[in-house]
Amino acid sequence: MATSTMPPPVAAGRRRAHSRSWPRLIVLLAIVAVVLYPLIWMIGTSFKSPQEIVNNIGLLPRTFTPGNYTDGWGNFDVSFARFFANSAMVSLLTVVGNGVSCLLAAYAFARLRFRLRGLWFAVMIGTLLLPGHVLIVPQYILFRTLGLVGGEWPYLPLLIPQFLATEAFFVFLMVQFMRGIPRELDEAARIDGANAFGIFRHVILPLSRPALVTTAIFSFIWTWNDFFRQLVFLSNLSDYTVPVALTLFIDSTSQSAVGPMFAMAVLSLLPVFVFFVAFQRMLVEGINTSGLKG
Amino acid sequence: MALTTAPDPTRRGTGSVRPDATRRGTGRIRHGEGLAGYVFLSPWLIGLMGITAIPMLLSLYLSFTNYDILTPWSEVEWVGLANYERMFTNDPSWWHSVGVTLRFALIAVPLKLAAALGVALLLNRAWRGVGLFRGLFYLPSLLGGSVALAIVWVNMFNREGAFNSFLSLVGIQGKPWVNDPDWALETLMVLAIWQFGAPMVIFLAGLKQVPTELYEAAAVDGAGRFRQFVNVTLPMLSPVIFFNLVLETINGFQGFTAAFVLSNGTGGPVDSTLMYTLNLYITGFTDLEMGYASAMAWVFLIAIALITVVFFSTGRFWVHYSDGEEH
Repeated sequence: MATSTMPPPVAAGRRRAHSRSWPRLIVLLAIVAVVLYPLIWMIGTSFKSPQEIVNNIGLLPRTFTPGNYTDGWGNFDVSFARFFANSAMVSLLTVVGNGVSCLLAAYAFARLRFRLRGLWFAVMIGTLLLPGHVLIVPQYILFRTLGLVGGEWPYLPLLIPQFLATEAFFVFLMVQFMRGIPRELDEAARIDGANAFGIFRHVILPLSRPALVTTAIFSFIWTWNDFFRQLVFLSNLSDYTVPVALTLFIDSTSQSAVGPMFAMAVLSLLPVFVFFVAFQRMLVEGINTSGLKG
Repeated sequence: MALTTAPDPTRRGTGSVRPDATRRGTGRIRHGEGLAGYVFLSPWLIGLMGITAIPMLLSLYLSFTNYDILTPWSEVEWVGLANYERMFTNDPSWWHSVGVTLRFALIAVPLKLAAALGVALLLNRAWRGVGLFRGLFYLPSLLGGSVALAIVWVNMFNREGAFNSFLSLVGIQGKPWVNDPDWALETLMVLAIWQFGAPMVIFLAGLKQVPTELYEAAAVDGAGRFRQFVNVTLPMLSPVIFFNLVLETINGFQGFTAAFVLSNGTGGPVDSTLMYTLNLYITGFTDLEMGYASAMAWVFLIAIALITVVFFSTGRFWVHYSDGEEH
């Protein structure tokens, strides 16, 4: 936190700050326009009629066509309500799984001493850079052999890894955070008779809330947006999550599907956008400091 | 995916990758703590074995077989190095996908980092509104990896898309870029560059840690703004540049979603968006050649490991650590 609240260095430019601020602002606004254009165009297109999608390539529709949203919602045999519910369930359970399992592992790495700890920690750091695509084929085979792919509850292959702290990034983030919690608190609790579990329960857990919140937000957004694993492991239409369902639109090439497709694309990004607005500071600063103070 | 945002490289000096730098595990393990350690670590250990280690070994074994999901295990044939041989000598589309992936990473990653650094320099001043700009620029990094944004992108660069309407304003006749084998991958590069916000945030944090005195000293010595940038900012920022470069390169190699959406899962038009991971997916899950796909996955893993090693071994020639630590 210390670095983020500090004013940035004004360096050598302060004396000329006024003469510089206008060109700088104009450049920045131009970049804002480039960054926001696709998003505004997406929202605009989601309200265009099929004719306008071909004729009117401007940002805004001439006549608002909110019907795209109802058309898209019911475009397939299974309603988008189901896809959204599936996505929400997978994302929220991932939040729980990552929060619990990564916190336990991080506490062991950050505070407890046990044999081979250095080795396991190095292995954990190694898995940080391990591309998920490398493991998808054998994981699919294993989960299929266990009867979990397309089974009674097809989300287990997506969720089991998340309950086993395989997202090393969050473990690392929490270890870094816990290093910043004063050890005197552990010692005080130990003098009061707490063992490793008591210290976890009464010292580390309550003080790790910021790291947990950061983990929860990123877990949710990444899982909500994730496509690759959900594409591989979900095979029945009624089990689809939103990203997988959205690709169904691509198959139907007819021009009339573009409006509904955009409408559902907009809706699918809404939860991420809400998170962004609500936690903007945390998201941006969470990367750099709050969760990671040494 | 998990690597789009990352542990903070800007906090020099605290970056020792050791669980507890102050008290290494050489001391006596307190009674009962060793057991507690493994109790707390057990979910992670089970995950390491079941989700990572065993699948890795299984995939290594499969890479020497002709396994597909349909044949029973008893009929799986050991084919030795045949999969690897086929990959290197008899599979033009594999080589093609390597080329597509390299081209994507070599062009998109430097441009993305340049954009990130440039905008970070523009924002590196204390004035009202910085937070707003920073947040707006970060937004694409949150949204850009999604299927929804890929759909938008494909339509934006299609014949009737927004990009062509912009071109027509300046009198240029556009074309359906996403259907043109010469341009489809470029549209995906633009999508990657559009998400410059995540590395920008890391650059901004790094810029804040450059001591003001260095600029003052440089100014006293008569260095202009450009010299200050080259001789102060770049060396002081080199650990962060290095970190972003490693991360974005590895991420760049793994681009999948946008290529899948653009080509409807085929890597087209004419294999122009056949990224390595997409090729792997098609081989394993469309063609069901899982033995061959496993071999492809192992080559990918080794390539990523080698590239990381190359980065770290060349890094010491240009990455400057101000606290005198040699990494």
